[in-house]
Amino acid sequence: MRAFLALIANELRLARRQGGALATALGFYLIVVAALPLGLGPDLNLLSRIAPGVLWVALLLSALLTADRMFQDDYEDGTLEIVALGPLPLEMIALAKSIAHWLTVGLPLLALAPLLALMLNMEARAYGPLMLTLLAGTPAVSLLASIGSALTLGLRRAGVLLPLLILPFYVPVLIFGVAAIDAVITGPGSFGAPFTILCALTLVAAVIAPVATAAALRLNLQ
Amino acid sequence: MRANRLVIRDISLELAAGEALILRGANGVGKTTLLRAIAGFLPLASGTVRLEGDADEASVGERCHYVGHLNGVKRSLSVIETLRFLSAFLGGREDRAEIAAERFALASLLDVPAGYLSAGQKRRLALARLLCAQRPLWLLDEPTVSLDTASQDLLAAVVNAHLASGGMVLGATHIGLGWTNMKTFDLERAAATAELEAP
Repeated sequence: MRAFLALIANELRLARRQGGALATALGFYLIVVAALPLGLGPDLNLLSRIAPGVLWVALLLSALLTADRMFQDDYEDGTLEIVALGPLPLEMIALAKSIAHWLTVGLPLLALAPLLALMLNMEARAYGPLMLTLLAGTPAVSLLASIGSALTLGLRRAGVLLPLLILPFYVPVLIFGVAAIDAVITGPGSFGAPFTILCALTLVAAVIAPVATAAALRLNLQ
Repeated sequence: MRANRLVIRDISLELAAGEALILRGANGVGKTTLLRAIAGFLPLASGTVRLEGDADEASVGERCHYVGHLNGVKRSLSVIETLRFLSAFLGGREDRAEIAAERFALASLLDVPAGYLSAGQKRRLALARLLCAQRPLWLLDEPTVSLDTASQDLLAAVVNAHLASGGMVLGATHIGLGWTNMKTFDLERAAATAELEAP
């Protein structure tokens, strides 16, 4: 447990020192959402209707933007070899990395979302559901991103390949995340059902992603 | 095995407590491959790597330190932060980081970010993790790269202390090291004999 916490603390310290990844993700999120009304025109009804979907899609893309660096630096400078020989199995290392990614990228994106929702004139009663679905869904985003990051280690165009590999896996998260918010805004249907499925998706990702990531890492350490 | 290619065949090494073994051989003969296979990074086509006398079922990888060609040093972390993280992660005692820095003459550089260190200083920082946690087997792949003579002496002192306390060191290098109780193993000659004996 001490090793697990030390790894997360070290990741947080590195993220604070380097800072670039978070600024890129936040900046990208802001720009995508801000550019959309410019393209669609100032139709407030339209914007508020598509707001949940836009906020979710843009968040997925922003999170992916930072995902390729998750293991890349460790792989290149040899840190991955050190942690692989540590007391933790690679599965726990993958989990620690995903948690660190969620804390340093997922949470800040989530905190920015309500501000962007304001820019899209989202309905007031949708804010609660939006935050709840993001809170439940973003851990899955970080967990699944770790698989792609580990698979594309050592490839030169990892940043381009990664979204192609991982975005399909984000589709269920996206569908149920947006469905839960839409159920509150327009109905019919309840918020509960899609939200529960979203939580289930995150739990499934928490079980499968570390195992898949560890397998990919093992392959890349050879 | 490396990239599905068989690199080394038919070798048998034995290392007792307090002994050092140096692998020798030309570039590409398989020194690094052998060390990485022992650490558990590479799959073995056949055969076993075993550490005797362990009560628990820990793998060899968890009982060894592997210092390879890469230093594993983060540019933005300071020397002491790097060592503190390593001793916490690898399960060493709290004061290990300071001791390790002391032994590798990094005490005056504790707060310097590793990105500002010279190549030799980075190498010393990488080697300092040998002391961050107690592990019986050290796998050192060309540990003296970019070290000056004074630093090589520091390394020799640390290695000799490790050997004196019953540790084991398996190294690959081309130059003399001044380590005590040292055997050498010539991979090229071993490969040649294996070739003769193979049907």
